[in-house]
Amino acid sequence: MAKIELTRNPFIKNAIKSRYPQLAVFIVMLVGYIFAILAGLIGTPVGSHNFSIVFVWIAWWAVLILVAVPFFGRGWCAVCPIPLPGEWLQRGAVLSPPEKRPKWLNLRVPKMFRNIWLQNISFLLLALFSSVLLTTPNITGIVLAVMLFAAIGLSTIFERRAFCRYLCPVGGFIGLYSQTAPIELRIKDKQVCVKCEGKPCYNGSAAGYGCPWDVFPGGLTKNTYCGLCMECIRTCPHDNIAINLRPFSADLAKPSTRMDEAFKAFIMLGSAMIYAGVLLGPWGTLKDAAYGVGTGAWFIYAVVFLAIIFGILPGFFSLGLLKTKSNLPFKQRFASLSTALIPLGLMFWVAFSLSFVLTNASYILAALSDPLGLGWNLFGTANFAWQPMLTTILAPAQTLALVVGLIWSARTAQKSASEAGVSPLPIIFYSFVATSTMLWLLL
Amino acid sequence: MNPRFSLLLFMMAGMVVAFAPLPVPAVAPQARIFRIDARQYAYSASELEVNQGDTVIIRLVSADVVHGLYVDGYDVSVEADPGQSATLTFIADKPGSFRFRCNLTCGAMHPFMIGKLTVGNNNWLFRSIGLAMLAVFGVILSIKQKA
Ligand code: SF4
Ligand code: SF4
Ligand code: SF4
Ligand SMILES: [Cu+2]
Repeated sequence: MAKIELTRNPFIKNAIKSRYPQLAVFIVMLVGYIFAILAGLIGTPVGSHNFSIVFVWIAWWAVLILVAVPFFGRGWCAVCPIPLPGEWLQRGAVLSPPEKRPKWLNLRVPKMFRNIWLQNISFLLLALFSSVLLTTPNITGIVLAVMLFAAIGLSTIFERRAFCRYLCPVGGFIGLYSQTAPIELRIKDKQVCVKCEGKPCYNGSAAGYGCPWDVFPGGLTKNTYCGLCMECIRTCPHDNIAINLRPFSADLAKPSTRMDEAFKAFIMLGSAMIYAGVLLGPWGTLKDAAYGVGTGAWFIYAVVFLAIIFGILPGFFSLGLLKTKSNLPFKQRFASLSTALIPLGLMFWVAFSLSFVLTNASYILAALSDPLGLGWNLFGTANFAWQPMLTTILAPAQTLALVVGLIWSARTAQKSASEAGVSPLPIIFYSFVATSTMLWLLL
Repeated sequence: MNPRFSLLLFMMAGMVVAFAPLPVPAVAPQARIFRIDARQYAYSASELEVNQGDTVIIRLVSADVVHGLYVDGYDVSVEADPGQSATLTFIADKPGSFRFRCNLTCGAMHPFMIGKLTVGNNNWLFRSIGLAMLAVFGVILSIKQKA
């Protein structure tokens, strides 16, 4: 299938080249983010009536996982408010580069941290506390504030967006799953880059900043680490950057061989299954354990959680691989075949979130009118009663998501297996068992 | 085989797996009485099974704060004050598996205070696994065909 270059449309192109449309969205997002922090800290402790919980974990989460990631890849990162204050500080400007750059440390992130293991860890940390995080406004407010300040702090120590690249707990999986999206930012012509002097897309120029995500746009082959910040469209003097519509999951044709990314796939797959069981299942003991942070039951829950993600899931996966013969070293086979779990995991999250979001979406209207739970009624919707939405189509929609995910994963397995010279059957069987388990948990 | 034709065939097989009517075993409808204890944030019993057509009578007893019980798909609910009980009666005429959940904010984990009611067999689960099998079979066949 051919690609369609969106930036060929002059309206889109100009809207991106100008800094103002993006700035307008940034400001709205930043105001919303700061309001969420404040609401979490000073609003009602009742989660389902607090803006921070309802807008972050229901509204934002729904948009992120059901729309933004599957269709726009890192589209969320293009408008995310978290790195902005730090970035503005680092640049000494909100819009175009200033005459004089402020003198920050501008260090390079040490090599050992230049991977997504820290993101894996930060995600897991939040995941282990998620029952409390998802339901307690205070904690959500604190976590949001910590992310904002961590991003500011890192911006003053390291160059570019160290927080986004190496620490953000959501950035890791957005990047992993952005490979499945039907949108990409790429160069148009390699030869133009080869001859390009100074490489302003990476090094910056008067027109804009060097890639904040520390990637060289000229070498982009997958979406994972391009934050769609649009800087290179502004800086490239040869108009060599394009945003393209493309077939879904185009990046998965070139499997990654990195262990940090492979484990990200297991972490996301495992967490979706555990959440489906713990949060949406009928088992009260599990909920008590997950919510009782610090208790003995919670420690057992944490150990089991980690054992599923680092032991059981990769363990059975490896067993399937051991049977296959290949010239590739085992680690490489493991990493490249785990590519099949990327679309599978994404659709697990879609199926899980459909239930969570449709059941609780009606809180959004109420929280809009009474964001702090103080009895306000700004838009007259404060007393909108809780009502699950679309309950009749929920189960079929979940089945559809999971079966599509399974087909998608099987086809990805087939491609990466043929690349590694092994049989895809064990991986396809693995995906089938995981899908059946997820069906059982959700239906 | 022509790949388009195989795809069509698989779609049709999928429709059959998803929607073909199954015989409903004829069991005389009964009245089924359950006592459900509600506390923050769990029901016990939390998994109920009845036959299609049964009259379900749930006596909800709340141990701590006000709790509700709302049945997805049936859109019926009941509320029990602390230490009190309340009764919900409805006819389980729709087959399948349904979550029931607390519909009165009762504390932090309230949105996840959930139980499960299964009416008849949970056929949709078996149909879904059938669809998953069919999907796997289809992909493997298409790989074999290409090879
Ligand atoms: S990586 Fe995280 S902080 Fe950075 S833009 Fe994406 S979501 Fe925002
Ligand atoms: S500035 Fe443009 S032409 Fe030069 S290397 Fe970057 S993308 Fe290529
Ligand atoms: S500068 Fe270009 S390559 Fe770098 S993150 Fe922004 S959009 Fe992506
Ligand atoms: Cu409740």
